[in-house]
Amino acid sequence: MKEIAIVGFQQSNSVSDAGAVNEVEMIMPVLSRIFQQVGINNAQDVGFVCSGSCDYLQGAAFAFVAGVDALGAVPPIKESHVEMDAAWALYESILKIRMGHADSALIYGFGKSSPGELPIVMSQQLDPYYLAPLWVDSISLAALQARLMLDQGLITERDMAEVVSQSRRNAMNNPHAQLAGDVAPDDVLAQEMYLSPLRKADICPVSDGASAMIIATVEKAKEWGLPYAIISGIDHCIETHNLGMRDLTDSVSTRTAAKRAGMGAGPVEVAELYAPFSHQEIILSRALGLGDETLINPSGGVLAGNLMMASGLSRIGEVFNRIVSGEVQRGIAHATSGPCLQHNLVTVLEKA
Amino acid sequence: MSQPEVLNQAFELGYTYTRSTGPVIGRFLTELRNRNIVGIKASDGRVVVPPMEYDPNTAEELSEFVDVGQQGEIVSFAWVKEPREAHPMDVPFAWAMIKLDGADVPMIHCVAAPSEDAIATGARVQVVWADETIGYITDIRCFELV
Repeated sequence: MKEIAIVGFQQSNSVSDAGAVNEVEMIMPVLSRIFQQVGINNAQDVGFVCSGSCDYLQGAAFAFVAGVDALGAVPPIKESHVEMDAAWALYESILKIRMGHADSALIYGFGKSSPGELPIVMSQQLDPYYLAPLWVDSISLAALQARLMLDQGLITERDMAEVVSQSRRNAMNNPHAQLAGDVAPDDVLAQEMYLSPLRKADICPVSDGASAMIIATVEKAKEWGLPYAIISGIDHCIETHNLGMRDLTDSVSTRTAAKRAGMGAGPVEVAELYAPFSHQEIILSRALGLGDETLINPSGGVLAGNLMMASGLSRIGEVFNRIVSGEVQRGIAHATSGPCLQHNLVTVLEKA
Repeated sequence: MSQPEVLNQAFELGYTYTRSTGPVIGRFLTELRNRNIVGIKASDGRVVVPPMEYDPNTAEELSEFVDVGQQGEIVSFAWVKEPREAHPMDVPFAWAMIKLDGADVPMIHCVAAPSEDAIATGARVQVVWADETIGYITDIRCFELV
């Protein structure tokens, strides 16, 4: 099987409100930078393009098609889209390359969440008969999950506050972060409850932005003469849509995906986890069995800025950046989708 | 010059099909209309409310319905002090996972309570039916503390 490498990654800043900038205008600067990074002219120079976005964010059917305007798809290109985080667009692109249909791919994800009421928009991804008509929002569902953990003594509010504090502090080194600062756990605990048992700080912010990645076969990466990191494994796994039938205090699907992706075959020096709520970072790191030897979310994670449909791809990009800079040799990235960590994807990255 | 004749055509936006909720979800919703709650037995014998068409672990088609109670116990809750416009209540309330009597799997719905202090994990609740029941999940207006 052909080895596949990441050769470029770019992300926009996470901003709370991009204002009049539309989706295409959010994507174009990121694409421009990644073409420059890889030394190619445009999307004509890769074999495949795949994007991840969600029409519900724009509130219009087939809104994702407009994203293609950022590419300049004339003459025609091979292009696809997933109505998912762009981490899954990466997955599709890897399949495309493995099938021999392309030797390189551009992946991008974008989301402008600020114009709508994101937690309510997210309620419409739920069971259409039993839950969506109640408009139960994503924050409330995460709060139910957090209380299960608190009640069972699996976490304390201080554990959650420590996750927030670490995120804010790590994000001080992330120029793209939306929320960063020297915040102590006690500062978090001093906040009033927002949606008990969650404080506002336990919840990722609403963000606008985009990210993009270019992958290629190792032969192509060498031909381009670029530093690269190997994608040694990638897998994803989903749990039932019935929240009552899941063990919400664990993430079985993350553990399964990590096992299938080959996480255990070597040390995990860095892990970027897509945890939109503080308690979920604890669920994920426990499900993956990560200990002190692993640096978790050095970027600050999505508590520092959550680009819907792009942040999963960005987790992978963050690990790529740390490998090509020589900081680490091996790491994992996690992406999630659905309520309370329903669907999870794990990517294993290694130094070439 | 006379005004040109304006062409008019009536247009009604609508669906040209009807949608069936099927034998499992349809049965549950029909029972709600009759102010009754049913669950279904999963492959491992657990009673799931609301009922699912297929067992998520074995993929077995499920068909054994079971009547469950209209009271139950709170398994977890989230206190919404600032309800959103779309939410089913306009005063502070709780979302809860509620295990109904006779069920093994909790369902998610809203609970009316005077304050966060009044509600707790393990508290008993009972169904409050909507004035008119039409076969929607919202036929259960909410749950209230017993």
